[in-house]
Amino acid sequence: MFPLTEENKHVAQLLLSTGTCPRCIFRFCGVDFHAPYKLPYKELLNELQKFLEIEKDELVLEVPNPPPKKIRLQELEDGIDGIDNLSQNGEGRVSVIEDGSIASKSSNLNVCNVCLGILQEFCEKEFIKKVCQKVEASGFEFTNLVFSVSFPPQLSVREHAAWLLVKQEMGKQSLSLGRNDIVQLKEAYKWITHPLFSEELGVPIDGKSLFEVSVVFAHPETVEDCHFLRAICPDCFKPAKNKQSVFTRMAVMKALTKIKEEDFRKQFPCPPNSPKAVCTVLEIECAHGAVFVAGRYNKYSRNLPQTPWIIDGERKLESSVEELISDHLLAVFKAESFNFSSSGREDVDVRTLGNGRPFAIELVNPHRVHFTSQEIKELQQKINNSSNKIQVRDLQLVTREAIGHMKEGEEEKTKSYSALIWTNKVIQKKDIEFLNDIKDLKIDQKTPLRVLHRRPLAVRTRIIHSMETRYVDEHHFHLYLKTQAGTYIKEFVHGDFGRTKPNIGSLMNVTADILELDVEVNHFIVEVPICTLNSAKVVLWWGGH
Amino acid sequence: MSKANPVRTTVYYSTPTESHPVLQSGKTIKSVSYQISTNCSRLQNKVSGKFKRGAQFLTELAPLCKIYCSDGEEYTVSSCVRGRLMEVNENILHEPSILQEKPSTEGYIAVVLPKFEESKSITEGLLTQQQYEEVLVKRIHAATATSRASRGITTTTAPTPPQPARSVC
Repeated sequence: MFPLTEENKHVAQLLLSTGTCPRCIFRFCGVDFHAPYKLPYKELLNELQKFLEIEKDELVLEVPNPPPKKIRLQELEDGIDGIDNLSQNGEGRVSVIEDGSIASKSSNLNVCNVCLGILQEFCEKEFIKKVCQKVEASGFEFTNLVFSVSFPPQLSVREHAAWLLVKQEMGKQSLSLGRNDIVQLKEAYKWITHPLFSEELGVPIDGKSLFEVSVVFAHPETVEDCHFLRAICPDCFKPAKNKQSVFTRMAVMKALTKIKEEDFRKQFPCPPNSPKAVCTVLEIECAHGAVFVAGRYNKYSRNLPQTPWIIDGERKLESSVEELISDHLLAVFKAESFNFSSSGREDVDVRTLGNGRPFAIELVNPHRVHFTSQEIKELQQKINNSSNKIQVRDLQLVTREAIGHMKEGEEEKTKSYSALIWTNKVIQKKDIEFLNDIKDLKIDQKTPLRVLHRRPLAVRTRIIHSMETRYVDEHHFHLYLKTQAGTYIKEFVHGDFGRTKPNIGSLMNVTADILELDVEVNHFIVEVPICTLNSAKVVLWWGGH
Repeated sequence: MSKANPVRTTVYYSTPTESHPVLQSGKTIKSVSYQISTNCSRLQNKVSGKFKRGAQFLTELAPLCKIYCSDGEEYTVSSCVRGRLMEVNENILHEPSILQEKPSTEGYIAVVLPKFEESKSITEGLLTQQQYEEVLVKRIHAATATSRASRGITTTTAPTPPQPARSVC
């Protein structure tokens, strides 16, 4: 069923004669159901011509013969701009003869003066197939996709011009046409293309999908179409950082709402003139949103930094916790890069014992995202087999929210430590027993000298909740401590030149130093076992005590 | 003499070395003062933020403090290290004896943060323990009578971690 009615005839005739394509004509006539747009271009032209009772040889917007179209698509593949194959035909101008019929001076008014080809060839199967080929070649794993398309800003200007034209024509019939009565170009484009993508790639289109296919169109020929707007509304076009051109879609649309009709008509032709070439495809890109992997790690090396230790381009210590875990993930997920974060951290020379320190890794633009719980287990095993410096457990996929929960409550946690202490004076078992009885000892710590170069100078009050000692020999004992988060343990032992008070040395009236330190991380976890990517559950909670 | 101890080559703390008269046995320190001139007290030094804004800038010869001994002798301890003053040790005001009893730890005088670009050259300009002792020997041979004027000599020596570093200035 042809969607246009008698009421639409004048407008349709006017638009067709000035070089507008059938689908754009539908849009301006308010055709807001999908079916008509999906019909093939040729068929639409024929139906339109029948509707308007135009003889075939009088048709203005004739579809070009196959060869020109193929050439254009070939050049798409080669990455060259759409060719100017119509220049020899010139722009067809139409004169309206008194008897109402339309005669054409020359045929081949190919490129729509409103959509610049977007609703002509760029929404049809052949083009979509080309895009899908690129998507498949990119090697991403996906079960749905979101399609985003970007049109050149000057389309808004042309749309505006066409609207003014049509509004005027309808005014003659005492009909009104609001800006919102027109179907948006992007909407119509998506109506047509979404089913084509789904069919070609075998997956549904889902606005919430993490996998994005984006196509960007440009039309270099008419880039300057928008420039006149700057003179009229200069504050819409303020240059900002990171913007290549000041004429963004938003800026242009904003200016169009402000400009008066008379001013617009003075500067821009209504109807818009016909371009020589269709839009060019600036880019076809695919990207997958980040996925998150979390777990807990134990560190058994006293010679391993958490993050790579590089000064002036020189690596000071081999490897890092982050790299030992992430390198495997990066490879398996085929991701571009990663961001490592953890719930607290420890020094290079401190071991992490207990259940392990919670960490989460963001994998950026992963190409592979679906893993069974078995595969994740195997990945964990692989990491653990590759190094005895760290071990990982509870490796699982999580949502972005999990990271926030992990960082939450870091300040509130209590930490447990085990230290090997040296004393200059000879000690007996009885000399250290009193430490076991000290509860909730308040200490004041000035910023330790060893971190002073990168931390502000301040005094921090911290609490040593409890201690337990184990005598080793006349100059050594083990000290187990439970402290408030953020306590500098090493400084509590040796006193940091008296800048941490009280300290073990001052409490025992000796000179003490710390030989070894281990931290026991035992955050309790409420977890829902392995979530798959497409479920929205929050998986991991990191609690503390 | 005082010594500057580099901590990871970026922060130095100054303490008097064993050869400094103040640390000779028999001397009693009456008091220590950080008021080094009418307008300048090291106690007024205040730094804020990660970049330690507001720190007093010190050259090698900049005085850090004055030590008054019970026998009337007065000594000025100089910085020896170019950089920004982070803090002075207020504990030696209340307990001057720790200067003598624990010069390498709690008896420090000041913490100085050199400019990042200069930290390497400063560390290299320091003396090892052995080089320091050689300097002392030379001085003893060339000794002239000490005057009552306060002319403190500060030494900082090069580091051999974890030994404290000294340099002669």
